[in-house]
Amino acid sequence: MAGGKNIRYLAAPKLGMMRKKYCRFKKSGIKYIDYKNPEFLLKFVNEQGKILPRRLTGNSLKYQRKVAQAIKRGRQIAILPYVTDLLK
Amino acid sequence: MNQYETVIIFTPVLSDDDVKRTEEAYKDFLRSNGGEVVAEEHWGLKQLAYKIKKKSTGIYYVLEYKGPSDINAKLDIQFNRDENVLRFVTIRLDKYSIDYNERKRRGEIGRKAKAGANSQDKLTKATEEA
Repeated sequence: MAGGKNIRYLAAPKLGMMRKKYCRFKKSGIKYIDYKNPEFLLKFVNEQGKILPRRLTGNSLKYQRKVAQAIKRGRQIAILPYVTDLLK
Repeated sequence: MNQYETVIIFTPVLSDDDVKRTEEAYKDFLRSNGGEVVAEEHWGLKQLAYKIKKKSTGIYYVLEYKGPSDINAKLDIQFNRDENVLRFVTIRLDKYSIDYNERKRRGEIGRKAKAGANSQDKLTKATEEA
């Protein structure tokens, strides 16, 4: 019998507190997301050019919608790709 | 009267004079249809993110204008007829985007911040907003 020595956790113990996510647009008061600025939009896209979910970016719903709209417009004017690999 | 913004991509085969002439033609068309040009931007030759009509580069031109609501239907016909236009996207500007564009023109949303750290860029944007 393995006594109390080898304790196995069902879930990995938390290492420190999780940092709370926040909406960067709300925090810094950005009202309009420019679809003509690819460097900025690239932050909300993974390396295949897909839009990152709110779960990862921490955007509020209002601004996630605007980000998505801006990215889609950027794709239309060919400053962002629809599909790629190794975007970053 | 609404304010609109159109991004036009011309074919890269056009010469500078040709580009200037077509841009001028569109501006004249706007004015003759009750529109008013607010601002314009020449981005020049840029690499496209994907090929359009087998072209991998395009000449970008951004036009900001005010006009009656039926102006875009007329403009769309012109763009579609024009073989030199690879792609065009028209967007109605709301009060936030008009404000943003004005500040951008005044240089308050600067290139210099954008070239450096992006977080810095956002900070400057935020401070201007306040």
